[in-house]
Amino acid sequence: MTETTHSASGRAGGSRSPGAEKPRWAGMSPGGGRRGAGGSGGSGGADSGAGSGRSWHRSPVRQLTPWLFLAIPLARLVTFTYVPVASMVSYSFTDWDGVSPTRDATGVDNYVQIFTRPELFRVFFVSGYYLAASAVQIAVALYFAAVLSFNLRFRNFFKGILFFPYLINGVAIGFVFLYFFQDGGTLDSVLSWAGFGSDHAWLGDPTSANVSLAGVSMWRFTGLNFVLFLGAIQSVPAELYEAAELDGAGKWQQFRHLIAPSIKPVISLSVILAVSGSLSVFEIPYIMTGGATGTSTFVIQTVKLAFQFNKTGLASAAAVVLLAIILLITWIQRRLVPDDKVDLV
Amino acid sequence: MTTDRRTADATTTGPTTTRPGAASPGAPGPGTAGRGTTEGTDRATGRAAGAPHPARSAAAVPAPVRRRRVPATGTALTYLSLVLATLVVLLPLAVVFLTSLKTSQEVSGGSALSLPGNWLNLSNYVTAFTRGKMLVAFGNTAFILFFAIGGTVLIGSMTAYAVDRFDFRGKRLVMVLFLVATLVPGVTTQVATFQVINGFGLVDTRWAPILLYMGTDIVSVYIFLQFIRSIPTSLDEAARLDGANAFTIYRKIIFPLLKPAIATVVIIKGITTYNDFYIPFLYLHSEELGTISTALFRFKGPFGAHWEAISAGAILVIVPTLIIFLLLQRWIYNGFAQGATK
Repeated sequence: MTETTHSASGRAGGSRSPGAEKPRWAGMSPGGGRRGAGGSGGSGGADSGAGSGRSWHRSPVRQLTPWLFLAIPLARLVTFTYVPVASMVSYSFTDWDGVSPTRDATGVDNYVQIFTRPELFRVFFVSGYYLAASAVQIAVALYFAAVLSFNLRFRNFFKGILFFPYLINGVAIGFVFLYFFQDGGTLDSVLSWAGFGSDHAWLGDPTSANVSLAGVSMWRFTGLNFVLFLGAIQSVPAELYEAAELDGAGKWQQFRHLIAPSIKPVISLSVILAVSGSLSVFEIPYIMTGGATGTSTFVIQTVKLAFQFNKTGLASAAAVVLLAIILLITWIQRRLVPDDKVDLV
Repeated sequence: MTTDRRTADATTTGPTTTRPGAASPGAPGPGTAGRGTTEGTDRATGRAAGAPHPARSAAAVPAPVRRRRVPATGTALTYLSLVLATLVVLLPLAVVFLTSLKTSQEVSGGSALSLPGNWLNLSNYVTAFTRGKMLVAFGNTAFILFFAIGGTVLIGSMTAYAVDRFDFRGKRLVMVLFLVATLVPGVTTQVATFQVINGFGLVDTRWAPILLYMGTDIVSVYIFLQFIRSIPTSLDEAARLDGANAFTIYRKIIFPLLKPAIATVVIIKGITTYNDFYIPFLYLHSEELGTISTALFRFKGPFGAHWEAISAGAILVIVPTLIIFLLLQRWIYNGFAQGATK
């Protein structure tokens, strides 16, 4: 019988119960309270399966089987997501150095330090540069998505060019732009070629360095926003545009009433990615400046606290603060823009 | 998210509809309609992507090809902005490429925009490849990629199969666990994750990044979940009548039918893993365990002022990405669009 082989094949060696021996088609109970056929939407031709599956759905082996499939995924999920979050919260109330077997509870002292020591708190302001860059980035991506949704010559070429930076290795991007900004490098050469002689040290002072780094991050991530927007715009059926044109709608009106509503969910997603992204910037500033000249970000600081200065307790508190901020922003976004995303079960 | 589904389904549902055994009503409507749209707009790219889409020509839907035209007045400005964007993207890369072909004297003497004297001067690449230990790095990256991707595919598809095809107590809880995990950004928890990995004694082994890449990826579960719903349950039922157990059904029926979703996951996972710097930087301290990201990063140390060598190293790392991108364009666009909106 099917059920017998199936518990035998299970890795965990499930308990075989006599009820499982019952053929699956025996005892149809059409009025069963449980949902049949696993909630698989959109599948036709399940009419024979749904009814006869009911009793089988209730059998203990049927109950056990999914757990055999889920055992490894769940173990991994809990070990590498939930355990770290829980232990991070518990470390954050101690002065642990990450190595020694003992640690002392220090209450909320770590949190007080984060919000009162200016050198720890300053990294939040650096995020502001990246946040501003993200706003520009979304606008630029939106513009090019709108432009390339039209039937242009070379549109696939331009699409590829705009998207490609997103795929490039972050370290390579860091080096490309170190040369770009370096004294006598690409930017200086282009400027002097265009007649603007300059020997500005682009990464030399905090403001200029942060603006430059935020620009690099824009260069890198615009492509992703662009492709998301383009996909959303193209999901509007062409007939709608034709109908709008017949009705005399101009380009702006088409954008306002056809394109804008169709990309609203993607824009809200991009905004949330932008905010959480600008708070957790790491690669570009770390590779290019190592966090020097006032370019240290929240994650760079946390990594340094934890792995260079062995202040695991303080670093955990910082990470908990960041996590809380990101969860808060996600929650606000979900409240403001309710979407239909949660259709998984 | 719904707005995007159309393009996404155009890729993912393709092969299902042609499969002789599959009941055709099982294919979701939007996918079929969407195929027409994307086919029209993306035909130029279709060279490489055409192969995995046998259903494409069979799509009976008249393709509503986008025929919108830009107003003539704006055309010049539009192209100007596009050319400008192209320059902004390509110039930094092109200069680094030129630099990688120059000699040390040419770099220190000439302008950044000057052309190399010998276009076939590959000595910097040799330096970068040997001194940067790139061969070892590519080997390590390949090793990590292989196991991380394999694990992600198995874990993602098993989870999706269990959640979609079974009705069991605690299912909602499982889904909530996976959903909430997507909200926790990996970068924030590394302080504590490091202690977990350390507890297993895996710090400074290649298994640390492999385990973490498998563990952090919830996106793949969603991609598989969405795809698995389009596979008719009647196939499972038929196999069960023939005496197949749940594991056989997963292995012989579901898994082979998931190929398009697997391709998507492999591409997304492959590119993000190849590019990741944070995890190998935190967990792989030994030089001989460097991945291409960390090897390139370390290479800069001793070659701080030798931009021709560093440029060659950067180009070496970019070239494989460029090749993959040119070969698999459409899959990459759809994959990332799908992955990000989940």
